[in-house]
Amino acid sequence: MNQIANPTSSPSAPRPRAGRRLHPWPIRIMHWINAVVMLVMITSGWGIYDDDVIIRGFYFSSFWRLGDWAAWSLNWHFAGMWFLVINGLAYLTYGFVTGRFREKLLPIRPAEVVHTVIDTLHFKFAHEDITVYNAVQKLLYIIVILAGISQVVTGLAIWKPVQFSGLVSLLGGFQTARVLHFAGMAVIVGFLIVHVALALLVPKTLWAMVAGGPRVTPNSQAQAHHPQQGHTT
Amino acid sequence: MRSLFRPDVVPDTAILDDHQPLIRSLERRGLIRGSLSLGALALLTGCDVKRPESVESALLAISRLNDDVQALLFNPNKLAPTYPASMILRPPKFNAYYDVMDVKPVNGKTWRLEVSGRVADKRHWKLQDLRALPQTSMVIQHICVEGWSYIGGWSGPTLRIFLEHVGADLRAKYVAFKTADDYPSSIDMATALHPQTLLAIQYGGETLADPFGFPVRLRTATKLGYKNPKWLTSIEVTNTYTGGYWEAKGFPWFAGI
Repeated sequence: MNQIANPTSSPSAPRPRAGRRLHPWPIRIMHWINAVVMLVMITSGWGIYDDDVIIRGFYFSSFWRLGDWAAWSLNWHFAGMWFLVINGLAYLTYGFVTGRFREKLLPIRPAEVVHTVIDTLHFKFAHEDITVYNAVQKLLYIIVILAGISQVVTGLAIWKPVQFSGLVSLLGGFQTARVLHFAGMAVIVGFLIVHVALALLVPKTLWAMVAGGPRVTPNSQAQAHHPQQGHTT
Repeated sequence: MRSLFRPDVVPDTAILDDHQPLIRSLERRGLIRGSLSLGALALLTGCDVKRPESVESALLAISRLNDDVQALLFNPNKLAPTYPASMILRPPKFNAYYDVMDVKPVNGKTWRLEVSGRVADKRHWKLQDLRALPQTSMVIQHICVEGWSYIGGWSGPTLRIFLEHVGADLRAKYVAFKTADDYPSSIDMATALHPQTLLAIQYGGETLADPFGFPVRLRTATKLGYKNPKWLTSIEVTNTYTGGYWEAKGFPWFAGI
């Protein structure tokens, strides 16, 4: 929207003529596939959970469950898992191969995290430039990516506890793996709430994930944001 | 339940009459908005307002595909972890599609096990015949599809020894079971031949109790709990898929762990 007034890009930096979008099309496709699949996995997981709850007395109401009883929740879950894993592997490969993860998510400085948290608590959202993630965003994205990977690993353990018995004992047994799988869900749902709330507060971020957002070149952007770091690799 | 939107004290109906057109337009608008957001929600979560048949058949198709993947993942030489006898839960957990009070005990003296299908010897088996076969004991974890688990100790002849004894076609696809409680089940041959698949006649060193499948039940360490039919009455070796009780209701057939 207001790209000219972007305070972080230095005026001397040459404007990229055909730079990549903030969110290139593979990212956008994978993001929205993941959004749908994650919702399928979470809500069908709740359907499975309700059959034998981990927290006594804590159930998910049928409104939130996918599948009208456990068999169908299970079938949704075991169908969704392929889309989650294939899409997730494509995303991780893309993130590492193109350097997107390194550009967008690193480095994280603890002082910056503290600073951003304090700012946020004072309702100061620095979202003029949506092409650069603040330290808390970086941290949250890294946490949710790790939680996603963890869900696949703990999911594999409770799906095939005999075939992957080594993994199960590494995780501390079947029931512990099951609780970890539940905890991973809680982390992802927690992220989801913050993520969606912030996207709605700053709608241009939401639109950028649909249309691609402003054009950027990775290097000029990184340099512009941390000129004092000499951040070129 | 009483609607939250219905007031305890009904207002004067004259007010309603005055505002009838307004109320009607509000309702119309609300209806459109409501159905739109319901539709969006259904799209978003795949929520089954009513489980559509096309979705159901797609899920079942993937579930069958998963059965094949599970068969590939199944390693016939991989043993399930075993535990010390001190960890055996006594008595074991009861589980069936009905309450424990509704268990109908089987008379061990008159009980016979039918053997049919691709086998050389179709003679019926008595309990003492099963006892005469070499016995195997295992202390393994029982894992239910619901998520709960417990450690149990089971003894009896392996299904492999039984199948070899009756001259079964070990290249057949399935071993199918019928039970006294009308709980049909079937497993793949690879699992049937696994060393931790027993025709269990003992639990924790004692004769199997009535609620847990006396005189004989299947106990396999490499499948979920619902693949372990109790009170067996018939074993069939077959190439025809026969499914099972929960499988007919939508649960996956292979159910390997």
